[in-house]
Amino acid sequence: MDFTSPAGPNPIDRQIAVGRATSRVDGPLKVTGTAPYAYERHDVAPRQAYGYVVGSSIAKGRVTGIDTAAAKAAPGVVGIITTLDYKPAEPPARQAANLFGGDEISHYHQAVALVVAETFEQARAAAQLVDVRYDKSAGRFDLAAEAAAAKPAVDINEGEDAKIYDRLGDFDAAFAAAPVQVDASYTTPHQTHAMIEPHASIAAWQDGKLTVWTSTQMVGWTRTGLAKILGLPEPDVRIVSPFIGGGFGGKLYLRADALLAAYAAKALDRPVKVTLQRPLIINNGTHRSATIQRIRLGAGRDGRLTAIGHVGVSGNLPGGAPEAAVAPTKLLYAAPNRDMYLTLAELDLGEANDMRAPGEAPGLMALEMAMDELAEKLGMDPVELRILNDTQTDPRDPNRTFSERHLVECLRTGAERFGWSRRNPKPGSVRDGKWLVGMGVAAGIRLNLLMPSAARIRLETDGTLTVETDMTDIGTGSYTILAQTAAEMMGVPVEAVTVRLGDSAFPKAAGSGGQWGANNATSGLYAACVKLREAVATTFGMRGNDVDFSGGMVTAGGRSVPLAEAARAGPLVGQDGIAYGDLDKTYVQATFAGQFAEVGVDGFTGEVRMRRMLQVVDAGRVLNPLTARSQVIGAMTMGVGGALMEALAVDPRYGLFINHDLGGYEVPVHADIPHQEVIILDYPDPVSSPMKAKGIGEIGLCGAAAAVANAVYNATGVRVRDYPITLDRHLDHLPTVS
Amino acid sequence: MKPFTYERAKSPAEAVQAVTSTPGARFIAGGTNLLDLMKLQIDAPTHLVDVRGLPFTTIEDTQDGGLRIGALVTNTDLASHPRVKRDYGVLSRAIVAGATGQLRNKATTGGNLLQRNRCPYFYNTDMPCNKRRPGSGCAALEGVSRSLAVIGTSDNCIAQNPGDMAVALRLLDADIEVLGPSGRTHTLPISEFHRLPGDTPERDFALGNGELITGVKLPPPLGGTHHYHKVRDRASYAFAIVSVAAVLQKDGSGRVAFGSVAPKPWRVQEAEALLPQGPSAVTDRAFQDARPTNDNRFKIALAERTLALVIDEGRR
Ligand SMILES: Cc1cc2nc3c(=O)[nH]c(=O)nc-3n(C[C@H](O)[C@H](O)[C@H](O)COP(=O)(O)OP(=O)(O)OC[C@H]3O[C@@H](n4cnc5c(N)ncnc54)[C@H](O)[C@@H]3O)c2cc1C
Ligand code: SF4
Repeated sequence: MDFTSPAGPNPIDRQIAVGRATSRVDGPLKVTGTAPYAYERHDVAPRQAYGYVVGSSIAKGRVTGIDTAAAKAAPGVVGIITTLDYKPAEPPARQAANLFGGDEISHYHQAVALVVAETFEQARAAAQLVDVRYDKSAGRFDLAAEAAAAKPAVDINEGEDAKIYDRLGDFDAAFAAAPVQVDASYTTPHQTHAMIEPHASIAAWQDGKLTVWTSTQMVGWTRTGLAKILGLPEPDVRIVSPFIGGGFGGKLYLRADALLAAYAAKALDRPVKVTLQRPLIINNGTHRSATIQRIRLGAGRDGRLTAIGHVGVSGNLPGGAPEAAVAPTKLLYAAPNRDMYLTLAELDLGEANDMRAPGEAPGLMALEMAMDELAEKLGMDPVELRILNDTQTDPRDPNRTFSERHLVECLRTGAERFGWSRRNPKPGSVRDGKWLVGMGVAAGIRLNLLMPSAARIRLETDGTLTVETDMTDIGTGSYTILAQTAAEMMGVPVEAVTVRLGDSAFPKAAGSGGQWGANNATSGLYAACVKLREAVATTFGMRGNDVDFSGGMVTAGGRSVPLAEAARAGPLVGQDGIAYGDLDKTYVQATFAGQFAEVGVDGFTGEVRMRRMLQVVDAGRVLNPLTARSQVIGAMTMGVGGALMEALAVDPRYGLFINHDLGGYEVPVHADIPHQEVIILDYPDPVSSPMKAKGIGEIGLCGAAAAVANAVYNATGVRVRDYPITLDRHLDHLPTVS
Repeated sequence: MKPFTYERAKSPAEAVQAVTSTPGARFIAGGTNLLDLMKLQIDAPTHLVDVRGLPFTTIEDTQDGGLRIGALVTNTDLASHPRVKRDYGVLSRAIVAGATGQLRNKATTGGNLLQRNRCPYFYNTDMPCNKRRPGSGCAALEGVSRSLAVIGTSDNCIAQNPGDMAVALRLLDADIEVLGPSGRTHTLPISEFHRLPGDTPERDFALGNGELITGVKLPPPLGGTHHYHKVRDRASYAFAIVSVAAVLQKDGSGRVAFGSVAPKPWRVQEAEALLPQGPSAVTDRAFQDARPTNDNRFKIALAERTLALVIDEGRR
């Protein structure tokens, strides 16, 4: 189905199944521990052996030799493959690191060998015996030190023809002339996705064909990447990934676990399973790059922005992409004079790549703090400042409007529900016992991305429906919203639908990432359902357009037939996909959030603790209020992590992230998250897709950290521009206590 | 993890004998620290002697009005014991500030006292670390050291003792009961239990090979108000950046010990004598020989402010 003009009324608008709070259809499997996650699929192939990855102990240089004799002789060892046995793997699209092969080491914990044994413990013990010799060379590990050498870089998400510089008007002159200015630098640290399930793969070969049971957000990308490295035609590689224990972008791309499992399974002629140990997830997997951002805002005394300047520096391996910190700034506020661009420094720290709300998350941590600073300089309410500078068109092109944009309502509703009027604008002035109390606000924006997506739906002979697509559910609720979509389109209860996901043998879907999964995958299924409806109508001799599917009955021209009848002679199949025209060029399609936070800062110790949070979201039609809310509260929690605690600590002498486990890299725990409220505005967006939905997986993170940071400032009066705001950043400036 | 053999000790003497006579043998109790170290091969015992069957699981009143805690009493049971809650509140509070409910259910009194440090370089076997590999150097000295010790360190090691329970035990002047290879039990004051690194950072405790902790004795209660404040980056499930244990009396006197600032629970009696003069007098004295890094200098000010908080609590 080609989606080239805005959607008119369609069966989804009935919202009998779609839009209803529906518990996860995969919930029982999960709470009973029977959902098959990749590493635990002991049943899918016989004689599975366990691989343990040996990571490089240096960050840059060459491997001069690997002695595996002692390891090979260790109990249970089946075999060992080393990087010297293979050619360097060409990085797949959008990737930078060589996952295995060759003698060159380009980052710490690059995989140099895989020890395979009968048990995990034997492989782990033997891995300690692999003796790797290196020729070490100097590397670049400190973003601040490399920033001066950073080169202008393009945001790859804007497409190949995107411009590096986003410039409009005369920024320099307008900024210089602005009566009120903010000019400040902000830093965000390297971050790791910290999903609970590690990367894991089981690989098995049969007759020259490969099957990999793995944990990936993108079945298609994994298949393409793996097939290319292995020199196989894509159909000879099957990827199976029905359940994923979190990803946050860390599982968008092919990683070493899958490649090493495939190599070793081939070399040893038996199935091999590999997981990345947590330290390797951090130093061998991908991470979000640190950023250094300079923001300049010029405004009139009335608060109207006249100039916005934003430069974002990040780092990556040679050939990698930048963290697009300026992306949200391009579209959030109006201002006639603009200057925004990215620069990228080469760092030898492992691959930097997408992490939830890439670009927006760190970009808004800076921009929305700068807006808070501007509001203070203007003596203006920060909510009003944002409303005043709202734009209904792309600031670069007044003819390009937003399809739906309700940021102002997000902010107004949020302010009212949060009790924003009780905020004292004078920082450091509200006390509750020992606590310094503050409130903060931030705006969020994140594009709605369109990706082709296909699905198949089958009406079984018993009248039930089976949906098949290689779409993934990374804990988000894909199973459930797809079941709801099929139920709505075919007029049956959700219970009559079985959804099967994550298998490359199924039609290729959008996958999960960039908050594009829900809208695109359900739209792909919508298209398949349209096909099935046609097939059913034809079977019944009914005419296309006015056939109604509801309550398990198919009705047209006064005649009603049970849906199940259509499959009496055998299952009926509808298969199709959604393909998009240029509606995302004609319109800006985006999602919005108003973020509100209240914190307490211990007046003695400087510890920051959340008191409450509220977010109002505008993200198109809500497909399922339960799973949508889960996405938003999870994202708000991640925002708290980003604001207050998450940071990978670089040791530039050794070129690694030294806090490479979940003991050293802190993310919020339950005690950090006292009260969260989510309000989702329901504005179906006919421009986005026939579902009229938009992404909701990432918008919740956009601005969340800045709202917390602004609340901390409101509490203490100490502006900390370097994230995370740990107590040592402001302790010296807090009121004395002795 | 290297392959190892395993036995369950049937008597204290047998346990001591088994560890003394087997090179590379180690006791195991809850296993919550030892097993993690073994997985990373930071510790690689060849033989484990499980002491959980030994009769050190009770908490009893002593004749002098104190308390004797068996070495195998779990952290959960100790923290929730009625007499501990009533008379030694600082101990109860310190324990529940540590780890998580699940870990505290497994962790034992003896094992907790013997938990090793949390220096990030200690946990990465690619890095130099004198504590893990004597003579290899200390990567933390000029590295990431925000969590590490500011006082009591040496140029060989700046790791902190990260525990919570031990800080309270130090405050209470607990005695550690130890059964040695000779078959005799002796007691060690907790002030002498933890070692400073000096030139031998690999030895954390003044405990010989095969010496088994059988219990911990608490002197009679101190009265006063009991405080344990643990400062950390997140609200739970994190080691302390700084912690303060205190028992404060009505007349302004009291005791103070600091956690996570030194290789041992840090209590300076001359400093706590200055309590009536306020927190800065105490911390100025307690930290007068501090040698912080740039990363962790803030801990000294933080210790003072946390003590101020505790004193403020005491007045309420
Ligand atoms: C994720 C995590 C978070 C944690 N957070 C905290 C925290 O916030 N605060 C805190 O204080 N602690 C914390 N801990 C540490 C925890 O308190 C210790 O792991 C626990 O107390 C150790 O007790 P155990 O019985 O399991 O010891 P084991 O692991 O069994 O043993 C530890 C050591 O003691 C020796 N040993 C054990 N019993 C005896 C005995 N009777 N005599 C002689 N030697 C013996 C063993 O040989 C071993 O060397 C945390 C641990 C983890 C894993
Ligand atoms: S501080 Fe101690 S534990 Fe840490 S690296 Fe140095 S010697 Fe090792």
